[in-house]
Amino acid sequence: MKVSLNWLRDYVDLAQPVKELADRLTMSGNEVKGVEIVGQTWDNIVVGQIAAVEPHPNADRLTLVTVDLGMERSTVVCGAPNVRVGDKVPFAKVGAYLIDGHTGERVQLKAAKIRGIVSEGMACSEKELGISDSHEGLMILPAEAPVGVPLADYLGDAVLDMDITPNRPDCLSVIGIAREVAALTRKEARVPAVHYDEEGPPIEQKVSVEIVDADLCRRYCASLIEGVKIGDSPPWIQQRLLACGMRPINNVVDITNYVMLEYGQPLHAFDFGQIGGGKIIVRRASEGERITSLDGVDRTLTSDMLVIADSVIPVAIAGVMGGADSEVIGITRSILLESANFNPASIRRTSMNLKLRSEASLRFERGISPELTLRALRRATQLILELGGGTAARGVIDVYPGRRDPRRIQFPLWQVKRLLGIEMKMDQVSEILGSLGFECRPQGPSEVEVTVPYWRVDVSEAADLVEELARIVGYDYIPTTTMSGPLPGPQFDPQVTVREKLREFMVGCGFQEVISYSLVSLERLAVAGPVKEALRVANPLSREQEYLRTSLWPSLLAVLGSNQRHEEGGIRLFEIGKAYLRRGDDLPEEREVLGGVVSGPRSGVSWLGPQGWLDFFDIKGVVDALLDRLGIEADFRPVEKETLHPGRAAEVVVGDEVIGLMGEVHPRLVESLDLLPQTVAIFELEIPKLASRAGLGRGYRPLSRFPESDRDIAVVVDTEVPAKKVMDIIKGFPLVTRVTLFDVYTGAQIPPGKKSLAFRVVYQSTTHTLTDEEIQGLERDIVARLSQETGAVLRSR
Amino acid sequence: MLAELEQLKARAFSELDVIDNLKHLEEWRLRYLGRKGSLTLVLRGLSGLPLEERRVVGAAANEIKAALEAGLKQKQDSLKEQSLAVALQKSRIDVTLPGYPVNVGRFHPTTQTIREVCAVFASMGFQVIEGPEVEWDYYNFEALNIPRDHPARDMWATLWVEAPEGENPMLLRTHTSPMQIRLMEKTRPPVRAVIPGKTYRYEATDATHESMFYQIEGLAVDRGITMGDLKGTLFEFARRVFGEERRARFRCDYFPFVEPGVEMAIDCWVCRGKGCRLCGNTGWIEILGAGMVHPQVLRRVDYDPDVYSGFAFGVGVERIPMLRYGIEDIRLFYGNDLRFLKQF
Repeated sequence: MKVSLNWLRDYVDLAQPVKELADRLTMSGNEVKGVEIVGQTWDNIVVGQIAAVEPHPNADRLTLVTVDLGMERSTVVCGAPNVRVGDKVPFAKVGAYLIDGHTGERVQLKAAKIRGIVSEGMACSEKELGISDSHEGLMILPAEAPVGVPLADYLGDAVLDMDITPNRPDCLSVIGIAREVAALTRKEARVPAVHYDEEGPPIEQKVSVEIVDADLCRRYCASLIEGVKIGDSPPWIQQRLLACGMRPINNVVDITNYVMLEYGQPLHAFDFGQIGGGKIIVRRASEGERITSLDGVDRTLTSDMLVIADSVIPVAIAGVMGGADSEVIGITRSILLESANFNPASIRRTSMNLKLRSEASLRFERGISPELTLRALRRATQLILELGGGTAARGVIDVYPGRRDPRRIQFPLWQVKRLLGIEMKMDQVSEILGSLGFECRPQGPSEVEVTVPYWRVDVSEAADLVEELARIVGYDYIPTTTMSGPLPGPQFDPQVTVREKLREFMVGCGFQEVISYSLVSLERLAVAGPVKEALRVANPLSREQEYLRTSLWPSLLAVLGSNQRHEEGGIRLFEIGKAYLRRGDDLPEEREVLGGVVSGPRSGVSWLGPQGWLDFFDIKGVVDALLDRLGIEADFRPVEKETLHPGRAAEVVVGDEVIGLMGEVHPRLVESLDLLPQTVAIFELEIPKLASRAGLGRGYRPLSRFPESDRDIAVVVDTEVPAKKVMDIIKGFPLVTRVTLFDVYTGAQIPPGKKSLAFRVVYQSTTHTLTDEEIQGLERDIVARLSQETGAVLRSR
Repeated sequence: MLAELEQLKARAFSELDVIDNLKHLEEWRLRYLGRKGSLTLVLRGLSGLPLEERRVVGAAANEIKAALEAGLKQKQDSLKEQSLAVALQKSRIDVTLPGYPVNVGRFHPTTQTIREVCAVFASMGFQVIEGPEVEWDYYNFEALNIPRDHPARDMWATLWVEAPEGENPMLLRTHTSPMQIRLMEKTRPPVRAVIPGKTYRYEATDATHESMFYQIEGLAVDRGITMGDLKGTLFEFARRVFGEERRARFRCDYFPFVEPGVEMAIDCWVCRGKGCRLCGNTGWIEILGAGMVHPQVLRRVDYDPDVYSGFAFGVGVERIPMLRYGIEDIRLFYGNDLRFLKQF
């Protein structure tokens, strides 16, 4: 909403500088986003009157224009097509700053010789003054413009660009802002006095109005003016409309817009000649009914939309836009002026469904007061009579099925203290609320009955009044205090604890954390498996962000891909995020998962030499350590998945439950995702399952006072025997405290189909120093058990 | 005899002087002090001397032995020192050479910010809790005083989730505020919590708009909580996160689920209030929306608004590092370019 200060002054005295005014409004809830000073740069520009026009002796398309500037005259060369003797124009003297019509740059005007004639100054277009983009001809000023007066004095203004919050439709009007200013600056707001003569026949003889669907129309008022002469509206109206960002059309339409901006009540003028049967019916549209709106678009209506119809067809989409057939145009003589109040939700739905949002619908959907209709109608009728002539019919139509009593609120003053923490006295409360138009009737010493003015549709209970008090005294007035009440009990969420431990663990392992979009494309989604569990967004912004991901893999592989080209060393990424899994008609399961991906050289290029390429065992090492950190014993089961290398993929299993998946990405997928042709290893673990098994409070084991002994042991087994099986058997023996696999060998010295596994086994007792004999005995038992359970043969010592 | 000893001593020391390695030093030791060394022989020959002379010569010989041994020790030390110096000299390196590459992991800047902000509120007694991102219309809007067809819905352009048609549509939460309702539904006052999480908007993206971003919601409800407490809490937050010297300002603003409503700004640290590009020439930088919990919202969760009052606020997470580091494009956060992420 743009508010011209020149206009605002009609209703309230402005005593403070613009910046201060803007600041007060902003602080009190009506944000001023910017202030445009019209005429700030108009030094050396005055109102001139064209006194003579002669042809330029050396150029066909130029003229010599003599301009009367009051105390002097100036003759300048002019290229504009619309120079006419007697017109008043803005005239820039040498030294003025103007916007170059072609380059858009601000330049200082100098004397110039144009085709042999010296020109000192120029008559200006709107564009050159920075008023609009119009550069087709000179700006023609109103005839009453005083010749010789600085243009800034005559046309200068300050326009506030305001952001009005949805709860304050009353502030979508100049009067509404004037009321705010009045309350903030302790002045009176003045509302225009409306009076006009009704010299025509009684309106009921000409017009009838029927509200069929009263649930969608709380009030309908109309007046009739016959014999109107349509023409341009006077400059002061045009200027104000332009300042507020509206385009002047003709006097009647301009007046409806002017009064809408003034009062906040949308109005519509019908060409009464086009209203069939002189009858207005406010009803729901029939399904499929059509209308061509004022913007020339043919629209199909649905049965939940409200229309204004004549006896036959719709003539307007109620509260949204008028119909083209009954538009007020040059030949219109009789005006039926509508000022009505429609159901906000209905207007909002209709304008959204038609994708047609207008200044009118904007106001109606926010729920303006039905008390406005008659006031605005009479004001507009008066202006039409004044500026367009004609005769008003006697009386107005006023159908008001939705009348309600003014709202009254019982307001105990302790509510102020309760919400703001400060006391306010009855006098202060009454004064502030009174300045905003609320009527206050004290009910004893500490309670007041407040009657809400009709325009304040947003105020309905004590808390609302408290806000009014706070914003007028200023939020700065409220003290800063510290809460001292009891605290809620402690909360402990093991899943969050584990998750944050994991986050720190991954960073500690040298992985970069990423956070990626939860929404992915269908193609990306398929990377992680079946699509049917995924939820789709009904109104996606793009195909790239259409489905809620069911795994982090699509995102991680995308992030890997987008970084591969510019990262020199290997890439190690992890994300802790949610997988969204359909759960019938209920909200989906939002499962937190940890995902990680590695690819590229294990270390960056270094003079210390290459360290090989990241692969399955890099993530395996991380997953092993992570599980160990959480005190979880897991198995790794080979698995075949379409997306993973068939021989390099594993499920992470605890007990009977799969808690994660890891492996090298299938080379086919690497290629189709357009990743660099190198190994990509990836994993994902379900955090809730980790959390439920994590032994976070793992017990403390005393350190043994007796020495450790370590022995190496190498066995030969079939290649199919998992190393972990062998290792677990060894670990199961008492006195064995650690087992490390340090060599895996297949080759010449081993029979085909076999592999050699070499372990370092650490023995230790908590009660005594182990003897060689004891250890040798243990080793024999280990080998015997291995042989029995895995067919292992001792290789060497 | 004594003269011989003196000569021996003089010879031994003159030889010792020129020795420059451990091998020669050992030969020298054997020559004089070894089992068959000259001095040893002298001492061994003492027994043949008359008692009086033996005592004199013996004393002199022992004195010389001690002197030679001391000379030996000194020589040994100095030769070791020399050879160490040589070894050290040989193993000198170019200390400017890079070390073994270390993989450094980092938290995403959003994680860092959430951790920092939550820690600030935790120190003020706030719990940290979380909630669902896929929400019912009821929690995201209805229960927050934003019924269907309410014009304020324009403030939250919504991504809707395909679900069976029903009274209660499913959506991606547009703010973390639904957690106000969920939290109050399952607990009774005192309530004091912050809720960080992802939020979504149906919004064309540009440098200042993202379709996904993080918020931190705050909620405190109990008997006697006032707007003064809201001020105290948020001003403290602003000082701890943006610097001790920051000034904060409350102004009236509108959110349907609070009354009175607040927008908080802090003074611009670039221009110190004079007006610059960062603050859009206002001298103030808006950082969050807040207010006193609307009585309708309290009634909705069966809290009596005449007994309980409270405040709520919502902070955009990315905005904090954006302001702090001068990051001009919010899309960098979830674009995950490592060249960006590695700077934090």
